[in-house]
Amino acid sequence: MTWTFVFALAATAYAFKVLGLVLVGDRRLPSVLDRCLALIPAALIAAIVVKDTFSIGQHLQFDARAAGVAAAAVAAWRKAPLIAVIVIGATLTAALRAAT
Amino acid sequence: MKPWRDERLRPVLAACVTLGFAVGVFAVSFGVTSVSAGASVGQTCAMSLLVFTGASQFAAVSVFGAGGSAASAFGGAALLAARNSVYGLAMAPHLRGSLGRRLVAAQLTIDESTAMAAAQEDESHRVAAFWITGLSVYLFWNVGTLIGALLGSAIDPKVLGLDAAFPAAFLAILWPLLRERRSAMAALIGASVCLVLIPFVPVGIPILCAAVGILVGVPSPSVAAPVGFEVQS
Repeated sequence: MTWTFVFALAATAYAFKVLGLVLVGDRRLPSVLDRCLALIPAALIAAIVVKDTFSIGQHLQFDARAAGVAAAAVAAWRKAPLIAVIVIGATLTAALRAAT
Repeated sequence: MKPWRDERLRPVLAACVTLGFAVGVFAVSFGVTSVSAGASVGQTCAMSLLVFTGASQFAAVSVFGAGGSAASAFGGAALLAARNSVYGLAMAPHLRGSLGRRLVAAQLTIDESTAMAAAQEDESHRVAAFWITGLSVYLFWNVGTLIGALLGSAIDPKVLGLDAAFPAAFLAILWPLLRERRSAMAALIGASVCLVLIPFVPVGIPILCAAVGILVGVPSPSVAAPVGFEVQS
């Protein structure tokens, strides 16, 4: 790895991060855009949840994580605090891995 | 008001510490992977300080570690970093203020900060949650990276089940949003699109494509309600 690579990747990553903020900036948006942009976190975070639970790279994989995240979902549904949800998800996954 | 004095931000602070710990362990593992892939300690720490996008950094050093070219390392890492621009679109209406402040906010625009901000109902809490989460993850990620780069050996995050900690955390953060019908539909479409595409397109693209879920926001809400007073079902 070279320093050129590090700085090029840093510049690219920052450009992506700043792009959305600059594109919208201080503008007041039409309400249809406002409504759509407000749904971005729901759509993308849901995608991250399924990706992190059911895949490794480009492969779909059903393993201990699915059970851990399912237990976490029940905890979230029962309105458990976020810490408890995280601990339940991680602990069950680790326990299943240790047992198999 | 100081955030820790505000009752409703306490869960955010508590979540930051827990998420921070998980992020920190992953960062140690990143530091180790990066150094063993041939990067110097300085380069490894510079990546975490400047790139600050975990998935991209891991992707880049994994390609180098496997003997891949700089071009393929760069391509994969850039694809994974692209989703932060979509988060920027979502966060822009909430991150007004001076240019300097927004340029700093840009560096902290990642999965965790965007999710935690979206989960808050109150506008001031939204902004506070973004900054608290972003700064906390930044701190833990960089300290963890330094430790990993110097020590050269780490606990495997998988042994602790920490790879399941992130989807579990994001699911819990997302949960309250799903009570609103259109958010629930956007989430369902986003998750389905992502799952279907994973085997067929390079890593990073399925999450970008999940953004089609936001199109459920196009039709005007059937019940005319003033902004900020959405009818909860």
